[in-house]
Amino acid sequence: MARPVQYNNTIKFEGIPEGYMGEGFMATNFEKVVSLARKNSIWPLPFATSCCGIEFMATMASHYDLARFGSERVGFSPRQCDLLMVMGTIAKKMGPVLKQVYVQMAEPRWVIAVGACASSGGIFDTYSVLQGIDQVIPVDVYVPGCPPRPEAILDGFMKIQDLVNAEGLRRRHSDQYKDLMESYGIQ
Amino acid sequence: MLSNEYIQQKLTEKFDDQLIDWQEPYGMLTFTAPKELNLKVLQFLFDDTELNFTFLTDLQAVHYPDNKGAELAVVYHLHNWKENIRIRFKVFTDIQTPDVFSATALYQSANFMERETYDFFGVNFVGHPNLIRILNVDEMDYFPMRKEFPLEDQTRIDKDDDMFGR
Amino acid sequence: MSEHILLPEGSIEKQTTTLNLGPTHPATHGVFQNILELDGERIMQATSTVGYIHRAFEKIAERRPLYQITPLTDRLNYCSSPINNMGWHLTCEKLLGVTTPKRVDYLRVIIMELARISDHLICNSIVGVDSGAYSGFLYVMQFRELIYEIYEEVCGSRLTTNIGRIGGFERNFTNAAFEKLEKFLDEKSGYPAQLKEFENLFSRNRIFMDRTIGCGPISGERAMNYGFTGPNLRAAGIDYDVRVHSPYSSYQDFDFTIPVGTTGDCYDRFLVRNEEMWQSLSILKQAYQKVQEFKGAEADIFHADVPAYYLPEKKDVYTKMEALIYHFKIVMGETAMPVGEVYNSVEGANGELGYYLISDGGRTPYRLHFRRPCFIYYQAYPELIKGGMLSDAVITMSSLNLIAGELDA
Repeated sequence: MARPVQYNNTIKFEGIPEGYMGEGFMATNFEKVVSLARKNSIWPLPFATSCCGIEFMATMASHYDLARFGSERVGFSPRQCDLLMVMGTIAKKMGPVLKQVYVQMAEPRWVIAVGACASSGGIFDTYSVLQGIDQVIPVDVYVPGCPPRPEAILDGFMKIQDLVNAEGLRRRHSDQYKDLMESYGIQ
Repeated sequence: MLSNEYIQQKLTEKFDDQLIDWQEPYGMLTFTAPKELNLKVLQFLFDDTELNFTFLTDLQAVHYPDNKGAELAVVYHLHNWKENIRIRFKVFTDIQTPDVFSATALYQSANFMERETYDFFGVNFVGHPNLIRILNVDEMDYFPMRKEFPLEDQTRIDKDDDMFGR
Repeated sequence: MSEHILLPEGSIEKQTTTLNLGPTHPATHGVFQNILELDGERIMQATSTVGYIHRAFEKIAERRPLYQITPLTDRLNYCSSPINNMGWHLTCEKLLGVTTPKRVDYLRVIIMELARISDHLICNSIVGVDSGAYSGFLYVMQFRELIYEIYEEVCGSRLTTNIGRIGGFERNFTNAAFEKLEKFLDEKSGYPAQLKEFENLFSRNRIFMDRTIGCGPISGERAMNYGFTGPNLRAAGIDYDVRVHSPYSSYQDFDFTIPVGTTGDCYDRFLVRNEEMWQSLSILKQAYQKVQEFKGAEADIFHADVPAYYLPEKKDVYTKMEALIYHFKIVMGETAMPVGEVYNSVEGANGELGYYLISDGGRTPYRLHFRRPCFIYYQAYPELIKGGMLSDAVITMSSLNLIAGELDA
């Protein structure tokens, strides 16, 4: 069922950051280069628990390809991944597991809460469901929807890319970040 | 062909008047057995070559807080695949001593189902190999499906009852 | 199973290694934990833990009127949520004594068989992914997108569909929906061609066969005792299918066969699901043809005439008194419910999905219990993998099609 690519040729390419170019060298801001590299090679860790996980599978498939954003390799090892994508309902039984996975991730790390259940408990206001994963880990982007369309997941992913771009190199060592981690009880 | 009357007749022959409350809601024969006899009834329905109820479709409980002395009802759904007949029988037990014999020796599928019933209602299945909580967190100390317990998590501080009437 | 070296008796080292095939694992599709005792690479014993996504559906259902429970049923087996929805509506119709016209039945069959194809599609391609063959998954997911488009034409959403009403559907199927269905069923460029290609990749593939034959077998009697239903049971040799034994929604009008395996191992399960997809395609063609035979006024019927349970049309609500009253009563959940208990089951993609509903006449059910097939046959998993290798455990898990939402409910 191969379909020739003849219509989608207005693709946005990443540009070179501004700087001073010369013969065989370029002088630019180090942060800009690092951000460019980071934002286009985010390796996600899909923490798919329920229905949103199936929409993630659809996002990973060829129709709404996530790989074109640089996430060709989805890893399942926390040490090697940048982005923790929590998709699906997190029950109270699962909360400690989620926190353990987050703690094992290496800096810099980002978290995206995909779906209504991960953002706020969703339609399950019950005794056994964690009402939003931000009760246990700090979240960067929330993607609402039940389940969100793959376009919405990609939109959330692009917002993470904007965050990665704007972050800078010193955020993870700043006091504000340390206070944030303290408030969640994470060393 | 088996019919509901024939099954009822065979069961009353075997167990006399101990099986009560014969009904047929929506075509499914339903009866109540005393809780000491539940394994005997299951075994009889399994072994009898004519009745042949060899598949346990479902096992769960219902809480009737108003029936004093018989608050918890354990409901078994059985199915005879050859003749395509379903049957339901209930076993009532007191909430203070909710001991019911376990069906795991006869049906392997009863294992998880009884654990789930224990987890939700507190029915103690005597003879179950591993009767611990299955779906809820292990530290939970109450049985959530009983009618007196609420649905929502009572320890939430960010949701108030005025806006989200509970 | 060849002989392997064991430590000598009385050795101070522990004979077995404990491995946690934990809740977060790439191969577990959903969250359940298995603590395995391994001897080298062989599995000696396994203990399963479930409940990591327990969402208390049954407790929620005691607080919701009938329509508000349909979105809950979506999230049981979310790969094939229309089947769950239809099963719930059929249960309500059984309780309330509503009969649906034939056209509604045939439209329901179309939707249910599309859902069955989409679930088996995922299961088979994920068996491929777990054994290392990722491409099959990419090929067939394109058609899952087409199925999603058909759902969107009818109900508006892709995955958790909340499709249908008590008595029928919320709107008639548009022409676009039927065109997409034709595109799906097209022999040359639709799903049949892709399924043939998928079969070519896997069914007689030497590596795949070596991986899956003999992996996690179960005999028919043992499967029956464990409460297996659905494709897993049929792979073990017993042909029990709710669609044939207790036909619902006019399944008796269709001509299809039930594929049955012999040994119940992963390869048989793969082949049974594959063949069931072919049978579903055949049922879809028949149903589509039958729907097209309705002409004139009959072609506009998409729900039963039960104003007490089916929301009336908006233009009637604004102009007629009875429609306004019915609308109010249904939306507020104050419709009359009979007292009684009913058990109804449908053939879900994983087996017999049953709903046990006890109503006491109030606006919400007194007790609603879901008989979830995954939960019941998951108990056999430790026995299936005993003596096998670790990689076989992974393949067995994905071939059983365990959906976490259905396990825990």
